[in-house]
Amino acid sequence: MTPEAPPRTLAVIGAGPAGLAAALAAAQRDLRVTLIDSAPQAGGQFYRRPAAALGARRPQALHHQWRTWERLRDGLAEQIAAGGITHLTEHHVWFVERVEGEGGFAVQALIGPEQQESVALRADAVLLATGGYEKVLPFPGWTLPGVVTAGGAQAMLKGGLVLPGRTAVVAGTGPLLMPVAAGLAGAGAEVAALVESADPKAFARHAATLAAHPDKLAEAARYGVQLLRHRVRLTPRHTVVQAHGKASLEAVTIAALDPAGRVRPGTERRFRCDTLAVGHGMLPHTDLAEGLGCRVDGLNVAVDAEQRTDVPGVWAAGEATGIGGAALSLAEGHIAGRSAAARLRGRTPDPRAWAAAAKSRTKAREFAAAISPVYAPPAHWAEQLRDDTLVCRCEEVPASAVREAVDELGATDARSVKLLTRAGMGWCQGRMCSAAVAGLAGCEERSARRPFARPVPLGVLAQTPDEDEPTPSS
Amino acid sequence: MSGHTVTFDGREIPALPGQTVAAALWSAGITAWRTTRWGGEPRGVFCGIGVCFDCLVEINGRANQRACLVPAAPGDVIRSGDEDVA
Ligand SMILES: Cc1cc2nc3c(=O)[nH]c(=O)nc-3n(C[C@H](O)[C@H](O)[C@H](O)COP(=O)(O)OP(=O)(O)OC[C@H]3O[C@@H](n4cnc5c(N)ncnc54)[C@H](O)[C@@H]3O)c2cc1C
Ligand code: FES
Repeated sequence: MTPEAPPRTLAVIGAGPAGLAAALAAAQRDLRVTLIDSAPQAGGQFYRRPAAALGARRPQALHHQWRTWERLRDGLAEQIAAGGITHLTEHHVWFVERVEGEGGFAVQALIGPEQQESVALRADAVLLATGGYEKVLPFPGWTLPGVVTAGGAQAMLKGGLVLPGRTAVVAGTGPLLMPVAAGLAGAGAEVAALVESADPKAFARHAATLAAHPDKLAEAARYGVQLLRHRVRLTPRHTVVQAHGKASLEAVTIAALDPAGRVRPGTERRFRCDTLAVGHGMLPHTDLAEGLGCRVDGLNVAVDAEQRTDVPGVWAAGEATGIGGAALSLAEGHIAGRSAAARLRGRTPDPRAWAAAAKSRTKAREFAAAISPVYAPPAHWAEQLRDDTLVCRCEEVPASAVREAVDELGATDARSVKLLTRAGMGWCQGRMCSAAVAGLAGCEERSARRPFARPVPLGVLAQTPDEDEPTPSS
Repeated sequence: MSGHTVTFDGREIPALPGQTVAAALWSAGITAWRTTRWGGEPRGVFCGIGVCFDCLVEINGRANQRACLVPAAPGDVIRSGDEDVA
């Protein structure tokens, strides 16, 4: 390519840590970047901030690593001013496709909060940095108003400055529970209990890996101190067995777990609360990658050392390629952006140029691999489900129907369960129930192939050329 | 920071600029704003980030909007309702 060639364009989808790092790395190396996100502001889930108009005086009080955020934010502002990055907010991408013949890609996005109108953007390459969402396994009462995902409670607090309720129980498993409990307590909620199903002793088996990550230990210690200050009790090896209430949440019952991951009878304790923030880990968003035909490995978009998917011209970074926290997303995004900048100019990049990011990526992946088995949900969680406990919230499919599909009708995979029961056919397209259905069917959790990443109005589909698949839920 | 108001089923509730409809409703102590199709169960926010569709609400006559994503604009008319069969 000659130096006079027109700038090559990259569409980065997702403006969280991964997408921001990628957009900056690419724009600083002379790609013309369009950064697209459904949110009104950049930041993603980790750097979620109150709307500027809310006038929060110290949004950093709810965040650590504020300085990293300031660096990204200022870099973004500079690149926007210089014309290197165009930032499209409130653009919900529902499909990305390769443009046959001409090459490059078309990104289809529904705009504004209404999401009635679709626009198409063209780019030479795409970088998927769509992050993830929280996994919640069902239990009796989990559909009561007042029961929210742990990340959802955090999002309401960080983004809306709303304290979800006055008395909260934080429960489930995973590294997100501590910051959520600390955030709620710091904002003035009474956190009646922090219920973690993991066994702290299990961490001892990974002592060597943990010791190699003093930053992560320091982070955990910082949350520990905050929790202590607010007198929040950490209750390990316990699980929520039921949420109680009529119109909304009034109390939760928790119980101790035995070493096999079963509830110990007689250990039940009840806490009055109006909020239950619950989560069992994170799941990557993979729909756009699947639509493009990228290989998905288990639940994660598969990438090589340069963060390239197996589809030429498509990169992926951050939680979409595997769950591992904001630092991992930043490192992956940086590498992906640099790789794209080189490859789109027809050059083979030298990985030594991003050795520091590669090192932090390796360390963060090591750490994630060490902690993920420790933070597994209780092995026998499904025994807590009553026949009438809903598994699929959208289609209101109770556990009894799923059990019948599995035990009597012989379903052995999520797809058959879906066809027999409608579990996973509703608005959320199985995002909320797929982990539970897989658990009940005794099959491996895999990504569900969805035609589109968002429900698309029929009118939009009718206007979009070359679309032959009907939308499932609009 | 100066606020404005929206109405929820005719009742006036305060909202702050940039706050989502869900955040405004929660601030007013309203945690459920629709009932499900078959069971008639109350629902409100669950995931908080636009993924679960539990928080669907009618805003200015448009059904099935996600309250956790849509900012509450001054004078918005918000209505609860039974789930529309889409
Ligand atoms: C609700 C929630 C709260 C969390 N809170 C914390 C916390 O307090 N502390 C912590 O350490 N970790 C938290 N996490 C984990 C955190 O997500 C990761 O550590 C980190 O943010 C991952 O960065 P990312 O860039 O990969 O993805 P994200 O930060 O998730 O960014 C992805 C971005 O892509 C956008 N996007 C996704 N799909 C589309 C689409 N189809 N069209 C347009 N835009 C799209 C999203 O709007 C989002 O802005 C939270 C996760 C969730 C889901
Ligand atoms: S609460 Fe899940 S979509 Fe709004």
